[in-house]
Amino acid sequence: MIALLLRDLKLSVRAGGGALIGVLFFTTVVAVIPFGVGPDLNLLSRIGPAIVWIGALLSALLGLDRMFQTDREDGSLDLILMQEHPLALTVLVKCLAHWLGNGLPLVIASPLLGLFMNMDEVAIGATMLTLLVGTPALTFIGAVGAAVAVALPRGGLLVSILVLPLAIPVLIFGVSASYAAVQDPAPFMPPFLILVAITMFFAVLGPLGAALALRNAGD
Amino acid sequence: MPQIAVLTKLTDLANPTRFLGLASRLLPWMAGITAILFAIGLYLSFAGEGDYQQGMTVRIMYVHVPAAWLSMMCYSVMAASAIGTLVWRHPLADVSHKAAAPLGAAFTLIALATGSLWGKPMWGTWWVWDARLTSVFVLFLMYLGLIALNRAMDDPGKAARVSAVLILVGFVNIPIIKFSVDWWNTLHQPASVIRMGGSTIDSTFLWPLLIMAFAFTMLFFTLHIAAMRNEIWRRRVSAQRRMAARMAGQTSEKGA
Repeated sequence: MIALLLRDLKLSVRAGGGALIGVLFFTTVVAVIPFGVGPDLNLLSRIGPAIVWIGALLSALLGLDRMFQTDREDGSLDLILMQEHPLALTVLVKCLAHWLGNGLPLVIASPLLGLFMNMDEVAIGATMLTLLVGTPALTFIGAVGAAVAVALPRGGLLVSILVLPLAIPVLIFGVSASYAAVQDPAPFMPPFLILVAITMFFAVLGPLGAALALRNAGD
Repeated sequence: MPQIAVLTKLTDLANPTRFLGLASRLLPWMAGITAILFAIGLYLSFAGEGDYQQGMTVRIMYVHVPAAWLSMMCYSVMAASAIGTLVWRHPLADVSHKAAAPLGAAFTLIALATGSLWGKPMWGTWWVWDARLTSVFVLFLMYLGLIALNRAMDDPGKAARVSAVLILVGFVNIPIIKFSVDWWNTLHQPASVIRMGGSTIDSTFLWPLLIMAFAFTMLFFTLHIAAMRNEIWRRRVSAQRRMAARMAGQTSEKGA
């Protein structure tokens, strides 16, 4: 299991992996926003947490289709399917590796983008914390989509369409928790705890669903 | 000819012939009952007086509420069929949830469109991003995604199994839709027909609504069975075309 984690991590960081591309895409999306809405710093600081969250969501979707597809192409997916460990556990490890390779860089990059968006320190901290808790849920949901579309020749776009509706609750509570940290009357903890609950929920449902789909999609 | 025998056996698996026979006997009756119910329901909805506050727009309710119920029931039927696909590998269950997806999308679209038309005079806006409206919109997107996924794969058996997984994962949305009006304070009113302590709707509005709801349910099952029958026929036609192509290939080989 640890070997698998390390192998996937290495693959995602080295050439051909999408880890840095994801961060680059994240930066580009956020950098495009001021051109769209105008460089009004007050407005940017107000919509900042939402923009950073949407950027992270889109970049998290970007790398999803490669999650099982590379394994399928070089044949290691068949080996994973044949081994004795429960498949859901293997998928969970693959999700963790995918998150460490693709999700964590986004979280680390978010404070810099928060500065671009003229957010204050509390908002930056809150956004980073909610991203840290929320992006694993995106990976777990995405694992189902990636497993469903693994056999499709060009499944990338379809994965995004299938995954986005399910990812909406994560976005809602992530953004509302980030805003609650800045605006006084709304408490921070309830939406944050719901976000944690969503992540926990999909940490169970995601790998189980993905394992089921992988077994059925195998040719 | 052994290949052809295997093919016929595969198409006859779990006896779609028996289903087709049943469907052709049931469908005229179901269509008739649906038509009668719609006639009564529509007459009652237009014969009754308007609401003292909402006026004539209250009649939108007789379409909006049943369509919204059906959009959720259709997904539940699909989820049950998905379990049938994954657990029992039942070919009819495959056909069932494939046929139900476009119906569900249509009912959801009706619910969203009529709700929007009703919202403009009552709330003063076509659309608000409140919990009920957003979650139903998400349901609509999921229906479309499932249809797209089903279309994207050639092998119908594999497409059915894979979309069954997605249907079951997406089922988390259904309780969210149902309870969204209770969990969050929204512009959309909470449940008023089926609730603890009896319905809060006056009986002059309740009866037409219930008959319309029943008519919509019958309409759904009629269309669903008809769509399943069409899907089975479509698969038979494509199987026979493949068979014909194979036979043509064999005869031309012999001739050459």
